[in-house]
Amino acid sequence: MANHNISRRTLLTGTAAAGALSLTGLPARAEVNWKKYAGTKLEVILAKGPRGDNLQKNIKEFTELTGIQVESEQIPEQQQRQKVVIELTSGRPSFDVVHLSYHVQKRQFEKAGWLADMTPFMKDPTLTAPDLVESDFSAAGLQYAKNDKGQMLSLPWSVDYFILYYNKELFQKKGVAVPKTLDEMVAAAEKLTDAKDGTYGFVGRGLRNANMTLWTNFFLNYGGEFLDAKGNILTDGPEAVAATKLYQTLLTKVAPPGVAGFNWMESMASFTQGRSAMWIDGVGWAPPLEDPAASRVVGKVGYTVVPAGPKGQYSATYGDGIGIAAASKNKGAAYLLCQWVVSKKQGARLLQAGGGVPFRNSILNDAEVQSGVKMPKEWLQSVIDSAKISKLGLPVIIPVAEFRDLVGAAVTSTLAGTDPATELKKAHDQFRPILERSEKA
Amino acid sequence: MSALTQSTPAAARSDAAPERELRPPSYWPFVVPALVVVLAIIIFPWVFTIWMSMNEWKVGSPTTFVGLSNYLRLTNDPRFLEAVGHTLVYTVLSVVLPLVLGTLSAVVFHQKFAGRGFLRGVFIMPMMATPVAIALVWTMMFHPQLGVLNYLLSLVGIPAQLWVFHPATVIPSLVLVETWQWTPLVMLIVLGGLAAIPTEPYESAQIDGASFWQVFRFITLPLIMPFLFIAGMIRMIDAVKSFDIIFAITQGGPGSASETINIYLYSVAFTYYDLGYGSAIAVVFFLLIVLLAAVMLYARQRMVWTEIARGA
Repeated sequence: MANHNISRRTLLTGTAAAGALSLTGLPARAEVNWKKYAGTKLEVILAKGPRGDNLQKNIKEFTELTGIQVESEQIPEQQQRQKVVIELTSGRPSFDVVHLSYHVQKRQFEKAGWLADMTPFMKDPTLTAPDLVESDFSAAGLQYAKNDKGQMLSLPWSVDYFILYYNKELFQKKGVAVPKTLDEMVAAAEKLTDAKDGTYGFVGRGLRNANMTLWTNFFLNYGGEFLDAKGNILTDGPEAVAATKLYQTLLTKVAPPGVAGFNWMESMASFTQGRSAMWIDGVGWAPPLEDPAASRVVGKVGYTVVPAGPKGQYSATYGDGIGIAAASKNKGAAYLLCQWVVSKKQGARLLQAGGGVPFRNSILNDAEVQSGVKMPKEWLQSVIDSAKISKLGLPVIIPVAEFRDLVGAAVTSTLAGTDPATELKKAHDQFRPILERSEKA
Repeated sequence: MSALTQSTPAAARSDAAPERELRPPSYWPFVVPALVVVLAIIIFPWVFTIWMSMNEWKVGSPTTFVGLSNYLRLTNDPRFLEAVGHTLVYTVLSVVLPLVLGTLSAVVFHQKFAGRGFLRGVFIMPMMATPVAIALVWTMMFHPQLGVLNYLLSLVGIPAQLWVFHPATVIPSLVLVETWQWTPLVMLIVLGGLAAIPTEPYESAQIDGASFWQVFRFITLPLIMPFLFIAGMIRMIDAVKSFDIIFAITQGGPGSASETINIYLYSVAFTYYDLGYGSAIAVVFFLLIVLLAAVMLYARQRMVWTEIARGA
């Protein structure tokens, strides 16, 4: 009998306990021992940018939670990649935790065995918060983080979708609708181009290497696949030729002069000055576009997914992750840090500031997190929509840099009027032996 | 205790005697530190680079000895051959232009006029700036839509140019930056040369009624020639290995239109992590520099001899 009578006191205690639990977000059974590695000191190497800033800004919270001291340094991306590779090759890296670019380094890191397997840690309930499960990461993220054997070699941190930025004011002035397909986009760009006035319909990366991240959006939407089942490269096939023709048309007919030498910086300058009506690039540029100190198009920018091609609609996807150096002596502590880096709290901060997009669906689809996003709602929608059509934007091979340089140079050279098929063939004649050599080694 | 004190001077004496016999002490211990340093930081890296160039040496993979095949690969590598061409064009332009402009400005700054010291100071300022910082500023100035250069051209009615954003104009545009930065160096060297020239030849030329051009061609130029050679040599070495300006402005683009050997070497070694092949490029590049320097030294020797012969 007494069992059925709930006293005021027990009720209060129960509610308080439940409240506390919901605050930590942990069910009663799993007790993560955050303090297990208290007193450990970790070294982290980061690529410079909003992700690194977000980590460094809030690292005190991690130290309070775990008692682990963290030393971190941010280095500009290109230099960071070199430093990391050189140190890992030496076998005695100066860091425990490493920030890596999946689209450039995935294969290289896997093949060299530089990263520690996180799978056992993820299965350990005393080390892993129950909300951190593999299935929460998007498909692209898992594709990046896992090797052939299904081991998690890193935690997917931030994803970069390519989206279409457009200038609403220019669209309105010319009475042009937002394009849904690539063909519509070309037509719209032609209408929006007014060379005498100095405004152009489209802008995007023309510079060799950098341009590949734009080009692959077209390639994927024309039905292209990077590799066949045997690992042969396919980027000189008919889909590639069609994509290059589109690229050539856009960048020679409706883009500002000199676009062959533009990277994202010059493209962004042209877009923020209101000189170009459309720009396809990574999703992370919303903050500068909406910054009154840097942009003349604040509040006038539309955000949408990359228009569909004849063979589908994809958003070329790139991303970075955080992993543990296989040579590290503090793998447990390092794992706790990686987990914290991709935690809901940190991911929400990243998304809300527009500094990156977490790979975790539970963060991206959380209404509360969404309501805190400082960027325009359209931007967030374009991110959510892109996630549904995301596809890896570069072939997963070791010589990614050579691929981007050689094929990128071929694609750039078509802007001077050369034939896409011939240029692509020439580039692949050079690239195939390099690919073979690297896969054999 | 007393035995000890007594024996010490005796021992010292007996030590001193053989020392005198060993004289003269050899000097080689004094050379050892320098030798070690040279071996460690010059000879060893070079031997090691040559060794690496004979291996298939990729970061993250085991290395295998492949003999000269990296060098053979160079001969079939269109990117490398193009890069050699770009390097030569870039070098010739960025040696000749600063030499000509530097000499002219030295002649101007050699004249006495009001505010000369101040203007000389202003003139050499580009030399003091950091190349990468300069490069970033120039990149924005080159921007075809937003850059100040096209605005300036538009003021005098010249159509907008594409500068570093077009394959045909990228190298001349980069040379423009290089020239802007390094003309002052040539000016300083030549100015030193001009200050050392005696005034008598000029006075007699004036009496003989020589024109300004004749004075420059037959008196000034031959007398400052040794200085020009030094300036040319310094410029050539700098221009051949120029990296910062090109990398910061174009990274070798558009396409590969401004990819010099240095930029390509950097890509191969540090972006593709192909250290073996990169080392082979470095070795060939080094030989090229040695060759160019030898040609210049030879030309200088010859010039000295013909002048002496002419004088005699």
